[in-house]
Amino acid sequence: MSTADAMGVLLAFVARLITGAQGHWKGCAPQAEQRIYFANHQSHLDWVLIWAALPRELRASTRPIAARDYWTKTAFKRWLTSAVFNAVYVTRLRSDDQDPLGPLAEALEHGDSLVIFPEGTRSHRDEPQPFKSGLFHLAEKFAQVPLVPAWIDNVQRVMPKGEVVPVPILCTVTFGAPIRLDAGEDKRAFLERARAAVLALRPALR
Amino acid sequence: MLLGLRDWSVSAQVALLFVVLFGVLFAVGAVVAMMSLRELDEAARGRQQRRQRDLRALLVGATVFWVAWASGPAGATLAFALLSFLALREFVTLAPTRRGDHRSLILAFFVVIPVQYLLVGLRAFDLHTVFIPVYVFLAIPVVSALAGDPERFLERNAKIQWGIMVCVYGLSHAPALLLLEFRGYEDRGAFLVFFLVVVSVAAQVVQELASRRLRRRPLARHIDRDFSARGFALGVCAAALVGAALFWITPVDARRAAVMAAVAGGCGTLGEFVMRALKKDAGVRWWGNQSSLTGAVGLLDRVAPLCFAAPVFFHSVRWYFR
Repeated sequence: MSTADAMGVLLAFVARLITGAQGHWKGCAPQAEQRIYFANHQSHLDWVLIWAALPRELRASTRPIAARDYWTKTAFKRWLTSAVFNAVYVTRLRSDDQDPLGPLAEALEHGDSLVIFPEGTRSHRDEPQPFKSGLFHLAEKFAQVPLVPAWIDNVQRVMPKGEVVPVPILCTVTFGAPIRLDAGEDKRAFLERARAAVLALRPALR
Repeated sequence: MLLGLRDWSVSAQVALLFVVLFGVLFAVGAVVAMMSLRELDEAARGRQQRRQRDLRALLVGATVFWVAWASGPAGATLAFALLSFLALREFVTLAPTRRGDHRSLILAFFVVIPVQYLLVGLRAFDLHTVFIPVYVFLAIPVVSALAGDPERFLERNAKIQWGIMVCVYGLSHAPALLLLEFRGYEDRGAFLVFFLVVVSVAAQVVQELASRRLRRRPLARHIDRDFSARGFALGVCAAALVGAALFWITPVDARRAAVMAAVAGGCGTLGEFVMRALKKDAGVRWWGNQSSLTGAVGLLDRVAPLCFAAPVFFHSVRWYFR
């Protein structure tokens, strides 16, 4: 076992100890097929939580998306995102000659699953913000890949903005039934439907 | 037979206790597994699942207990510290805390739990007794107030204090009991914990059965529709009887063992009753209810009677022997 694997096991263990990281598979089973998971985004821990909630066999082929400028700044950050999580790097600054979704498309062509947070940024409200259009473009281009909605609950209590040490509070990740882009569905309607699919997974009991 | 056992070494006696305990559990487990092979209707299946879950919890409990004993003071302390951590995690999940509580919660999880169990491990029982009720009682609201959020200040603090009191203070008395030493009763703390667990379980089971069968007027209908004074009294009597029957594993005679058992059984039953009120307040049936957000294992449910019975039992035993 390499250092990166050991780090992965350690991080998953810590995430489970602190949050429980319970995965509830309501709309689909955890299968080794190519998928795009999309979820609400409230905290830096969201990715680790989804990752820890996945069965270990799926973790290696499920990749997060990381901003290149931030996550390659130091050697440790670069190691964490590339060696441990096998992240797909994207450039936040848009240049004209480059498709911002290029690296994502490359990863999907390669057969990997992706986890994306379509809100684009962390939201601190109760409900997720409107989704960015990246999800729509991926759904258009990779029509055969199921899009699995997920709701991450309670994680904002674990580590509120500005705090460094997480508090142990149980969190759940609920995975819903996959959605696909309907024929002729326009961008607004699809993104609204995707957002509703995520929101519908929020546990009613609080 | 019993007289022969007296001559055995202490560790052989404790080992025998565990062999008997696991033997009984596996026998019951086999019976339950056989029963699950039959065709079952919906209601019976639910009962069956509940039975299997309870049995699994018992087995896990017995294993923790065994690990705690086999690994000595350090292991016992660590095992119960981990239990406290998980129980408090479950408690805090259901108590609505605000952002201003973050620092207090960090203090509770990462300072109070380690210190409290360190005190147990060092057998510093005097400080262990007052650390949470005196020092932490002051520290938590101070940290909270420094966070500068006055909204529902008393309520939030009370909840955190209460959680610490039950999940950390109460539970830490179980390993303390394991490590308690009397003259002429060295290294037999495991028997005391076993005694405590058996009598509180006996009280619990008899109370529930009696309350349900007798159909007396419930004491508090909105909290528990079955809990009656008669049922409670019968539970305490059952605990006393079981305690008297087990007096030979304690350092006292049968009469005193019965009194100790009645106290422990009564406290455990009342603790469970209080927990039920708390759960009603939080709106869950079990702490780990699947439909609620936690999805946890329902640990707090299982340890609640122990959390309430252990401190009372510990202190009554300790005072008596001083």
